Amino acid sequence: MKNFAYARAQDADTAVQLITQNQNAKFLSGGTNLVDLMRENIEQPDHLIDVTGLPLAQVEELPGGGVSIGALVRNSHLAANQIIRERYPVLSQAILMGASAQIRNMATTGGNLMQRTRCYYFYDTDARCNKREPGTGCDALEGFNRIHAILGASDDCIATHPSDMCVALAALDATVHVTGTGVERTIPIVEFHRLPEDTPQIDTNLQPDELITSVELPALPFARNSMYRKVRDRASYAFALVSVAAALEVEDGTIKNVRLALGGVAHKPWRATEAEKVLTGAKADEEIFKRAAAEELKAARGYKHNSFKIELAERTIVSVLKTLASEGGAR
Amino acid sequence: MSETNSGGREFADRTVPVILQINGIKHELQLEPRVSLLDALREYVGLTGTKKGCNQGACGACTVLVDNERINSCFALAVQYQDREITTIEGVAHSDQLHALQAAFIECDGFQCGYCTPGQICSAIAMFEEFKQGAPSAVTEHLAETEIEFSEAEIKERMSGNLCRCGAYVGIVEAIREAFDKEAAR
Repeated sequence: MKNFAYARAQDADTAVQLITQNQNAKFLSGGTNLVDLMRENIEQPDHLIDVTGLPLAQVEELPGGGVSIGALVRNSHLAANQIIRERYPVLSQAILMGASAQIRNMATTGGNLMQRTRCYYFYDTDARCNKREPGTGCDALEGFNRIHAILGASDDCIATHPSDMCVALAALDATVHVTGTGVERTIPIVEFHRLPEDTPQIDTNLQPDELITSVELPALPFARNSMYRKVRDRASYAFALVSVAAALEVEDGTIKNVRLALGGVAHKPWRATEAEKVLTGAKADEEIFKRAAAEELKAARGYKHNSFKIELAERTIVSVLKTLASEGGAR
Repeated sequence: MSETNSGGREFADRTVPVILQINGIKHELQLEPRVSLLDALREYVGLTGTKKGCNQGACGACTVLVDNERINSCFALAVQYQDREITTIEGVAHSDQLHALQAAFIECDGFQCGYCTPGQICSAIAMFEEFKQGAPSAVTEHLAETEIEFSEAEIKERMSGNLCRCGAYVGIVEAIREAFDKEAAR
């Protein structure tokens, strides 16, 4: 690992100031992704600004029923939080299905949002990768692309976003609160990460001087009937091939409310708006679940080794919706 | 390095003073910011019980406790862990009395080569605490409930961050179960 200069910020203003004033600087939180990438020489910052001393580690109930999650709340603490377990089980489950207990104890909410892809070619500095080195090409397109994207990819990049937590946040319509030079703003979660297009080196719409301060969950009473299902190569401690986060409200056999998001299929957590349109107001049965899943995956494109993901995603959507419909809101 | 340093007072490069509290003893070190907690323990303090396996957070051999929580010390930059209570395998026994999990690992053959064992034991110690506090896992059926059965499925899921390449998992699960039952009976 290349050496770097280290500073510890005590407040957000100082952190933002330090990142604007220094070349090639990055924020450091739990380090579970950044330190790894630095060790592999994929990230080579000259300055690290440690933000773990900032007072952003609280989960707070908001007036009106929402919840604010500080950017430094660690993944393990968020998953174990009683409010989250009861009102947003999909979020607890998603976090608990990611990484290991050790990593969840280090990783933070803000850091999880900033995770970079686990594409093998991104990690291999001998391979061509437009995300790591813009303009060099993409070895995944014709390579071993079993774990790669089937939705929203481009000819420049077919990497996927690795987070489970973010898939649940996408289903829950979370908003990301950020602070920059003199400006605070909020970014809806579905607009936080971006599709690769011809600039896959840019993962998110966060500006270089912006720091994530919190994530807000809106009041969403029917999210008590929500869940996360992750399909992967091992039963534990593996990234998703396909995952589904969903919340469902059925009244008198009719779908009143539904939220659906997919993981492991795109450069960003994939909110399944096409499926939601088919489902909302329809009779809650397997036929409509299948039709909705097919509608969402209509735009999917498989590559040599990952075409199986299209049917896998459809089946996982149907299975999750069936489970939520049968439990009918009483978990 | 110096050419990229802003020269500002806020940043420290090359080596910096790092004070670590390890197994109740204060160690004053001089480290480059890039030195991991794992390397600080092994190479600078001389506590080689904590093992370096993959050095990328996949195997758990480097597991230590920080304020009684388990972490991968390979991912941790030592400079970030000042003013914290760090416990390594060397610090889990009480003088010559083994920790219940150490004794159970011997009793149940919870290892073969022993390389993953310090990480397994530190991990299991923290897992007991998480369990007692009612923290759920990915296999916990009723997420909102804090009374969780200490089943084999729970043990396996909660210990999935620790690999054993000898495949001593049967003995490891048995050792954890035995130590937990003993503690629960006490």
